[in-house]
Amino acid sequence: MTGTLILVGSAFLASTVEMVEALTIVLAVGLTHNWRTALTGVVAALLALAAVVGVLGPSLVHYVPIDDLRIFVGLLLVIFGLQWIRKAILRASGLKAMHDEELIFERELAELEAIPAAGGVLDWTGFVVSFKGVFLEGLEVAFIVLTFGANSGRFGPALTGAGLAVVLVGVVGVVVHRPLTRVPENAIKFAVGLALTAFGTFWGGEGIGVEWTLGDVTIPLLALAYGGVAWLVVISLQRRANASLSIQEAG
Amino acid sequence: MRKFAAAFGRFWYDFIVGDSMVLAIGSPAVLGFGFLFARSNEAWAAQILLPVAVVVTLLISLPLRGD
Repeated sequence: MTGTLILVGSAFLASTVEMVEALTIVLAVGLTHNWRTALTGVVAALLALAAVVGVLGPSLVHYVPIDDLRIFVGLLLVIFGLQWIRKAILRASGLKAMHDEELIFERELAELEAIPAAGGVLDWTGFVVSFKGVFLEGLEVAFIVLTFGANSGRFGPALTGAGLAVVLVGVVGVVVHRPLTRVPENAIKFAVGLALTAFGTFWGGEGIGVEWTLGDVTIPLLALAYGGVAWLVVISLQRRANASLSIQEAG
Repeated sequence: MRKFAAAFGRFWYDFIVGDSMVLAIGSPAVLGFGFLFARSNEAWAAQILLPVAVVVTLLISLPLRGD
């Protein structure tokens, strides 16, 4: 039960972050070109993503030996998770600029306004931008759904989490009609990065023959341990940044 | 189509390498290290050393010395 909840929660949070980024692009296309074009791009991208998961999912489960799959998936999850943790640490400690959805939205608007709309029912440029935005952001979600589903042998929890995120962000986007700037993206990325790295270590470890004495309980413990280290690193980097600021002000 | 293929390739580069080559190279090295340990006489220690190696890889990828 706990494992299922962690799977649903991780897929939901990861998907929320990616869908918020995709929504910014779709809104920009809708406002500068037309809504039919923007939404057609969204539907086409979601269908393409469903095809990717639908084709690759069963193939992975049926044709790849489970230990090989665990090593491959574990490795990708560790790489992906550590990248998210690293980025979140750098942003939390002020060494990297926070992801600014409003700024990205304004930039997208300016770029799209420079391209004249075709004027027809469907505008090709707008469609490609909308499709590409949703598809490329969604590929990361598809990857998470695939890896979680293939390793646990159940695609339901990960698909549920991703589906809930798509619906939630879509509904909020329709209501608000602005990029979602209040989503605590860095905190979510931090949490998802920890979960991905913990799952990746656990599954990758199983694949290479590590026997986890505590079984599935190891996963939340790994996430907590990684979180603790990351938190200490953020504090240390913040202190250093403050110290160098004080030296600069004194000088 | 070519543009889309290029974007798809960029996606995978960003996905595997991203901002840090250390993580792209270090992560498989960590699993390789774990693999060797899991087959040694001290296999039980792999469950401790594997997460430690993951943490070390993360720390190496960060600018901890101000670089």
